[in-house]
Amino acid sequence: MNVGLLYSRIRQDEKLLLSELRSRGHTITKIDIRDEQFDIANPPAAFTQVDVVLDRCLATSRSYYITQFLEAYGIPIINDATTADVCADKVKNSLALQSAEVPTPRTEVAFTTDSAMESIERFGYPCILKPVVGSWGRLMAKIDSASAAEAILEHKSTLGHYEHKVFYIQEFVSKPGRDIRVLAADGEPIAAMTRTADHWLTNAAKGAETAPFSLDDRARELVADASKAVGGGLLGIDLMETGGGDYTVHEINHTVEFKALNDAVSTDVPGEVIDWLEMTIDALSDNNSNEIITDAETT
Amino acid sequence: MVETIIGEDPLTGEEIEIPANVEVGEIVDSPATGAELEIVATDPLTLEEAPELEEDWGE
Repeated sequence: MNVGLLYSRIRQDEKLLLSELRSRGHTITKIDIRDEQFDIANPPAAFTQVDVVLDRCLATSRSYYITQFLEAYGIPIINDATTADVCADKVKNSLALQSAEVPTPRTEVAFTTDSAMESIERFGYPCILKPVVGSWGRLMAKIDSASAAEAILEHKSTLGHYEHKVFYIQEFVSKPGRDIRVLAADGEPIAAMTRTADHWLTNAAKGAETAPFSLDDRARELVADASKAVGGGLLGIDLMETGGGDYTVHEINHTVEFKALNDAVSTDVPGEVIDWLEMTIDALSDNNSNEIITDAETT
Repeated sequence: MVETIIGEDPLTGEEIEIPANVEVGEIVDSPATGAELEIVATDPLTLEEAPELEEDWGE
């Protein structure tokens, strides 16, 4: 199999994937997205020999557009354009989860500082203000008072980019000092870990402590439902425990990092990811063969 | 013993030594200054100052 690895920065996660792919004898085409130009009709030469492309772009904007291009070219990309579109934007992500009746924190969106302030007052303190695009816990604000809310809204409204004027306001979920990261492939968990911190943000990128976590049936059910809600694929699904054995799904990541998870659990995470990738490509090839046979029979 | 390769720190011009198993596109910390450097070629080792973190980076 010729796997195109699309990147702009090689992290430890990509190194783990490259190592696993090489050990299995797959051909790898590393494609630095910064070097390419994308014609609306024809793919760049770098893409013509690949069987599948793994989108490992660090920049959400690039991931969003490249998945659209590759789908238009008919080149399989993981994750696909639908999943990238939904997961890249927290508003779309929340709407997808709500529509699928997956428990997710109460969320409102407002477009002016005055209406955002009304939302915040309605949620009460503390509540959370998040950027609609972003990761690693950056630019997230836990709002503890009206004066803090006013200051943060004023800052956001003067930051310049229009996305900062889309105010994404969410209830504060009082989690037990940790959240749960599940790496799942088409809704089937590969491994899970807790991320524990004294800070309200428990992202691994913020230095949270990690530990393996055994998923119960309810968590597995929610992971499957959440994955389906955003279009499936290889996903990092984040849950918070809400008490009584239940959870809420607060985020789904589509270019998921798994180095911290691989360090925390005994599962061979890159091995499982590539197992799933091989299975997915085999299934795609079988479907394409069947379509060709069907076409030949009907002509 | 970890195999290493030698290149030039683009910021200081100093000779630096880094593990040989680096990938093009990987970011390494300069042993000389601690600055983030991007591997743009491995044979010969060529480095550039790494791009600044941008707002939409993440997972």
